[in-house]
Amino acid sequence: MTASTEAPAKKRFSFRDLGKMFGGGSSNVRQFGILFSLIAIIVLFQILTDGLTLSSGNLINLVSQYAYILILAIGMVMVIIAGHIDLSVGSVAAFVGIVVATAMQQWNLPWPLGIVLGLVVGALIGAWQGWWVAFVGVPAFIVTLAGMLIFRGGNQLIGNANTIPVPQGFTEIGAGYLPEVGPDTGYNNLTLLLGLIIALAVIFMEFRARRVQRTMGSQPAPLWVSIIKVVVLVVVIGFASVLFAGGRVGTSFPISGIILGVLVLVYSFVTRNTIFGRHIYSVGGNKHAAELSGVKSRRIDFLVMMNMSTLAALAGMIFVARSQASGPQDGIGWELDAIAAVFIGGAAVAGGIGTVGGSIIGGLVMAVLNNGLQLLGVGADRVQIIKGLVLLVAVGLDVWNKSQGRPSIIGFLTKNRRKDKLDLEPTSSSPSVGAGEAPSEDPQGLVPTAGTPDTSRPRG
Amino acid sequence: METGPDTRDTRDNPVILEMRSITKEFPGVKALSDVSITVRANEIHAICGENGAGKSTLMKVLSGVYPYGTYTGDILFQGSEMRFRDIKSSESAGIVIIHQELALIPELSITENIFLGNEPTRFGAIDWVTAKKRAIELLARVGLSDDPDTQIKNIGVGKQQLVEIAKALNKSVKLLILDEPTAALNEADSQHLLDLILGLKSRGISSIMISHKLNEIERVSDAITIIRDGKTIETLDVKADGVNEDRIIRGMVGRTLENRFPERSSNIGEVFFEIKNWNVQHPQVAERMVVKNSSFYVRRGEVVGFAGLMGAGRTELAMSIFGRSYGNFISGEIVKDGKEIQIRNVTEAINNGLAYVSEDRKALGLNLLDDIKRSVVSAKLKKIAKAEVVNDIAEFQIAEQYRKSLRIKTPTVNEGVGKLSGGNQQKVVLAKWMFTDPDLLILDEPTRGIDVGAKTEIYGIIRDLAAQGKGVIMISSELPELLGVSDRIYTIFEGAITNDIPAEEADPETLMRSMTSMKTKAVTK
Repeated sequence: MTASTEAPAKKRFSFRDLGKMFGGGSSNVRQFGILFSLIAIIVLFQILTDGLTLSSGNLINLVSQYAYILILAIGMVMVIIAGHIDLSVGSVAAFVGIVVATAMQQWNLPWPLGIVLGLVVGALIGAWQGWWVAFVGVPAFIVTLAGMLIFRGGNQLIGNANTIPVPQGFTEIGAGYLPEVGPDTGYNNLTLLLGLIIALAVIFMEFRARRVQRTMGSQPAPLWVSIIKVVVLVVVIGFASVLFAGGRVGTSFPISGIILGVLVLVYSFVTRNTIFGRHIYSVGGNKHAAELSGVKSRRIDFLVMMNMSTLAALAGMIFVARSQASGPQDGIGWELDAIAAVFIGGAAVAGGIGTVGGSIIGGLVMAVLNNGLQLLGVGADRVQIIKGLVLLVAVGLDVWNKSQGRPSIIGFLTKNRRKDKLDLEPTSSSPSVGAGEAPSEDPQGLVPTAGTPDTSRPRG
Repeated sequence: METGPDTRDTRDNPVILEMRSITKEFPGVKALSDVSITVRANEIHAICGENGAGKSTLMKVLSGVYPYGTYTGDILFQGSEMRFRDIKSSESAGIVIIHQELALIPELSITENIFLGNEPTRFGAIDWVTAKKRAIELLARVGLSDDPDTQIKNIGVGKQQLVEIAKALNKSVKLLILDEPTAALNEADSQHLLDLILGLKSRGISSIMISHKLNEIERVSDAITIIRDGKTIETLDVKADGVNEDRIIRGMVGRTLENRFPERSSNIGEVFFEIKNWNVQHPQVAERMVVKNSSFYVRRGEVVGFAGLMGAGRTELAMSIFGRSYGNFISGEIVKDGKEIQIRNVTEAINNGLAYVSEDRKALGLNLLDDIKRSVVSAKLKKIAKAEVVNDIAEFQIAEQYRKSLRIKTPTVNEGVGKLSGGNQQKVVLAKWMFTDPDLLILDEPTRGIDVGAKTEIYGIIRDLAAQGKGVIMISSELPELLGVSDRIYTIFEGAITNDIPAEEADPETLMRSMTSMKTKAVTK
């Protein structure tokens, strides 16, 4: 009975624990790599631009310049999870922008009602496109390609291909900032307060998550992991809020950033925790199985498309507000930025996989890259080439990783630490762990007809 | 088909293939360890083993899917050592594998499929005249007389399987590997295919056959190698060792499965579910009725079997009852607990206490991207949701309960269902439907593609459900299973119910007679 044998097995530092810092669940691990890329890109540009990237003015500019693309990414990830695509978002945004601008200019519609009008028009457009996708059964690619043409033309028809200015109050949603209140601290007080609230929320959420994990009987990561995670996040939030609060007088955290933040929270919750959110994943993952489990897939398709156009309307209005006018060239190419953000953020082309958080990180990667290259004075031509390559490499790495049987970067790291040397064994793309497993036979199954649009059925 | 005793004894034939001490490791798993197999000329060699035993991996090693260098051990084919880099190199040596998922392209014609990747050319362009001529010859060799211009999607699975073999013959195959060749075929097509394999044997083509259908193996194979947990257990000579199904099962599971079927508890109650004069039309072809004037009933605590050949309309009947998810509903009544009810969609079916476990687990039963806990609650999320928000703690706890009670083999319920074996996936599907608190469970081929051990467990679950007073409808192509588990059996032929037999009076012959002819004993209640 020696003392050494009684010493409790001390927990060694492990990459696996480190992985738990970013969500812990296996589904979140995919975002881990892209989050690291984002940090790396920020650090890189911070050095290359001599600290200009993380300056107050640039950060504020970055948020207000990309908020509308990120808002589109939220809607787009839901569309893509459900197994569709939406190419019309840029045109829909431009159409709604011109409708709202015209209504405010010609009918003197008060601006708050203008916003409501914009959202309603967006929802109606979404209902129109959703109807074709869900109930007629036309692929979303075609429906929204048509929409892209229709609403671009609509924008130019209503606006006579002119630019229409919008009134003062309306510009707040795109160009406004948190107002100055309270004592003069040299900083924007509301922005600091916002930072404090977020920091407290982060601490609360982390420890709540630990409690939930314990209730579920699964072992949470060691306490030190949580503490490091919280400390790192609080420092980042603190740093960011001081930067945002310390900008040029009259600027602070943009209103559009707040709208974005609220939408991210709401939609993360909706996609993760509600029945509707679960149904989006199940329709995208296996539509037939979902239908046979009582999921009304047509309703899901319809709502997802409708939601996308509504968010596109909001994004369009924010853009118009920021540029103080609505014009015929608004929103060109937005759909591609939004789709790129979603795929960089780890969504699957075939549907069923993706997260709001991942898409936001993917969008930020594109935004920081764009912004940093502009700061360096790189021309728009090269910026496009670089963005294209980043999209290809990011998704390519993810695909390559999966084909190697490693789920993610973190899997790669933990594997490397084992004694045996890295096994570069192609295990095919099959998801089974039991490698000797015979896949059960797939007989020619009967496909349920519940989800087929009535029009494609024979008349009884 | 009678095979003479002389053709059955292959022990003295020359060895054509020898795989020696094959070991294949995947990260963290040893799929094969020290497996050896010897195939002789003019022999049909069966490989048996439970799911996950390593049969498919072994065949992938042999066919070059896992290239030389990724495994250890030797492959000797026709006396020389083989080092296959890919499928192409094994095919040029004369080894052709036919996978259970057929590798045919539905939109292309039979000819185009046969010569895909191997097109005869003339001055650099594909020589379709030669191709078509050769295709007709090859089709004749496999007993097909179809027009070689027919698109693959327009011929049945049985014929597609034969086209695959024709494609292999075109590659001057010497050793044919068939992975579950009859899994998707009906009785007649299976017979035809097996006869063809026997015919090829007499013309000097050896076959390796992987199958779960032990009766077929017993019928056609000359030798059987049994693999368990990635190791060779034994090689049996069918004729000399007097092999039968029980003997094979003993080798596969390492013990005798004495009570493959659980005891019936006999607390059968009142009739609570009735279908009256049910008529359903084909979804595309309006004049074709897939279910014709069918009526049946289920009592509480009763397991009702449905026997019928593939295409008889069993699944169509079940799915049309389950929220009209198949075909166009024409007429019929559903009576539950004495009251007529309307079930127009799947949601109404679930709310009325119906559950349907599909025959095609991967295509219709599960979202393979999902994890276990989400799959288990997915058919009735409302049960654990408040104001549309899902309670994920309850979800986890419920999934844990089912993991324990159904003995789903998984480290945690957070694991993806795509990673589970067939048997465990099926348990997840059963858990999913048990969670909806059904009164009537319709199980369509509940044991298809899962191994013997898991089958027994599924039978146990079915009997437990019946013992709880639920009605169970079990559709199955395996007559022994129907006879062993059901209390009463309906037979179905061409969309109509042809017979209603208590299990104790039924035997395979009577069932088969009612499954293949319209002559019905008036179905009475």
